[in-house]
Amino acid sequence: MSTLLITGADLAGSGAQDLLVEDGVITRVGSIGSAGGAEVLEADGLVALPGLVDLHTHLREPGREDAETIASGSAAAAVGGFTAVLAMANTNPVTDTAEAAERVLDLGRAAGLVDVQPVGAVTKGLAGEELAELGLMHRSRARVKVFSDDGKCVHDARVMRRALEYVRAFRGVVSQHAQDPHLAGSSACCHEGELSGRLGLPGWPGIAEETIVARDVMLARHTGSRVHVAHVSTAGSVEVVRWAKAQGIDVTAEVTPHHLVLTTDLLAGYDPTFKVNPPLRPQEDVDALRAALADGTIDAVATDHAPHARHDKEHAFVDAAFGMLGLETALSVVSDTMVRTGLLDWAGVARVMSSNPARIAGLEGHGRPLTVGSPANLTLVDPDARVTVDRSASLSLSRNNPWHGRSLQGAVEATVLRGTVTARKGALA
Amino acid sequence: MTTTLDTAAAASTRSGRRHLLSVADLDHAQIRTILDTAAEMHGVQQREVKKLPTLRGRTVVNLFFEDSTRTRSSFELAGKWLSADVINISGKGSSTSKGESLRDTVLTVAAMGVDALVIRHSASGAAHQVSQWVDAHVINAGDGTHEHPTQALLDAYTMERRLGSLEGRHVAIVGDLTHSRVVRSNLLCLRTLGARVTLVAPPTLMPAGIGSWAAADGFELSNDLDAVLPTADAVMMLRVQRERMSGGFFPTAREYTVGYGLTRDRLNALMAANPDAVICHPGPMNRGLEIAADAADGAQSLILDQVSAGVAVRMSVLYHLLAGEEGQQ
Repeated sequence: MSTLLITGADLAGSGAQDLLVEDGVITRVGSIGSAGGAEVLEADGLVALPGLVDLHTHLREPGREDAETIASGSAAAAVGGFTAVLAMANTNPVTDTAEAAERVLDLGRAAGLVDVQPVGAVTKGLAGEELAELGLMHRSRARVKVFSDDGKCVHDARVMRRALEYVRAFRGVVSQHAQDPHLAGSSACCHEGELSGRLGLPGWPGIAEETIVARDVMLARHTGSRVHVAHVSTAGSVEVVRWAKAQGIDVTAEVTPHHLVLTTDLLAGYDPTFKVNPPLRPQEDVDALRAALADGTIDAVATDHAPHARHDKEHAFVDAAFGMLGLETALSVVSDTMVRTGLLDWAGVARVMSSNPARIAGLEGHGRPLTVGSPANLTLVDPDARVTVDRSASLSLSRNNPWHGRSLQGAVEATVLRGTVTARKGALA
Repeated sequence: MTTTLDTAAAASTRSGRRHLLSVADLDHAQIRTILDTAAEMHGVQQREVKKLPTLRGRTVVNLFFEDSTRTRSSFELAGKWLSADVINISGKGSSTSKGESLRDTVLTVAAMGVDALVIRHSASGAAHQVSQWVDAHVINAGDGTHEHPTQALLDAYTMERRLGSLEGRHVAIVGDLTHSRVVRSNLLCLRTLGARVTLVAPPTLMPAGIGSWAAADGFELSNDLDAVLPTADAVMMLRVQRERMSGGFFPTAREYTVGYGLTRDRLNALMAANPDAVICHPGPMNRGLEIAADAADGAQSLILDQVSAGVAVRMSVLYHLLAGEEGQQ
């Protein structure tokens, strides 16, 4: 029987307590002082959050193990404070069968650093035409509940409607990459506006996202199903989601850390590190996204961690791969942009980075309050630490880190998965 | 040469090397210097023996990832008439998935010992990116729909030869603004030279956000060519790409010509209002679509003068980037 004593941690901002963990479960909360033989984790001055849950990662395995593996992505996740991540389906081969989903699950368990929950493709091969074996993926050992063609939009309204209807039978959810391919095609790579005009880069207008979000919330209303909007990037999408929630439509939404901070003007130097999909937007959108995360319109922060081999980023801007790293920096970015500014308190961070994403994904062992009987999945944060991001220090196999050189307030000190310390101070435990 | 090097040429980035990536890198004095030197080079071009020894022993590589016979030939002649060793390399299309990255390709070429890389690429920003990877001077010979700096310089040179100073002169640029790198470089060049610029196009061929851009940079926008022509000193017609014509950006070629072509009737209206007005086109032309034969071939047309000036302007650019740099560095 393994025992862990965490002393003096501020439980999501509600006051300092000791936590006793036995066999992976929280068994006592309060003033414990000492427990004979227990491993002790001193957490005075640290905030304890329920373990972070990421609704949106790309772990690249199978297919691009040179850019990331499930093991390396799990390590980056653990160091970033995560105890569970959802692995998107756009691998090679695509996660569109039960066997493929179970393989991802098993590789995650073998790595053993975070719970890796596979996301299933909505359509076969992400082609947007025929439904993938949604039910078989759900019935598999992987118990897939979240389905997404992420990287591509389920743009055919009839296919989206059928997917929403079909997964209702097992309370699944479709996570939509909202991008109308006719309004923002595959070359679209810069927020459409004055800067895209000046730079001569193909524009990716906000309406290409907003029209799909608007359509999908109406489809969700019509079918009585649940839809989740991945990486919301515009103020217009926020308005639609806010309206839909007010109507009682079953919609949830996520925002990435980078869309909470980084703006389109970073593209002026044509550095593909800042090429991401959806693209970085103007400050007005950033402000609207922060406000929506604070008021609950947006439910969750999700990283869209998207590692790429160096040679896939060293092309001309329009030819370079989309995406940026996010797992190791997410908590610091949210702390710096939302907590330091007073937009969220630590209980709010627990909500948007743990309990809400766990609920959306149906992960029962995660996102639980730090009370007796809960699985001991938790993240300790130093709210006052200043970190300067160094891309070379990453545990990811890739280096496409848009935060390199930035100073952020708030850092993950330790991550605990079912009572086992998985990471401490930026390194695996 | 009467020009002094210390007033010349462009922005510096990596290791103090000078590049010509954007007309925005050039201030008024630098543009003036390039155009004045171009005039001297143009004089040399009229001689029987055109070659100057200036860049003997220097190597210029034309690295063209996109076909362009006229720009490549123009740079090639410019280099050769300055006695540089010039080689042309056609990059295969961009390989986005597997194999060589743009950086690999460019570093491979640069490793052969190159003094200047003249780069043409279908992707906006390519020359800018390349300049951060190599030690050679980089000249942007057209990057996607972003810029084509030497085209704007030769346009200014050609117009000045006919019109005199462009200060206060009204230049109308007409056509596919969204997909034109020529217009972006010309906006920067003409503004620096003090010209008044009006861009004319149907709304679907104007880049997104051009309203705030125009307000910030002080140029005008119009959807009505007939209203703009009477006050124009120069009319620059842009090529309309065939692939824009199948109903995506405007309904038919016929309708485009009626709305935005420099037709014989419009040529007559222009000449009636301003007999000294000139007509430019960066080429290649779609005769009968954006420009009528009468407009392209008449005395008011500068189209062949532009081609001739192209070599002189590119000689000037190569000279200012390369000549005498051993003494400088």
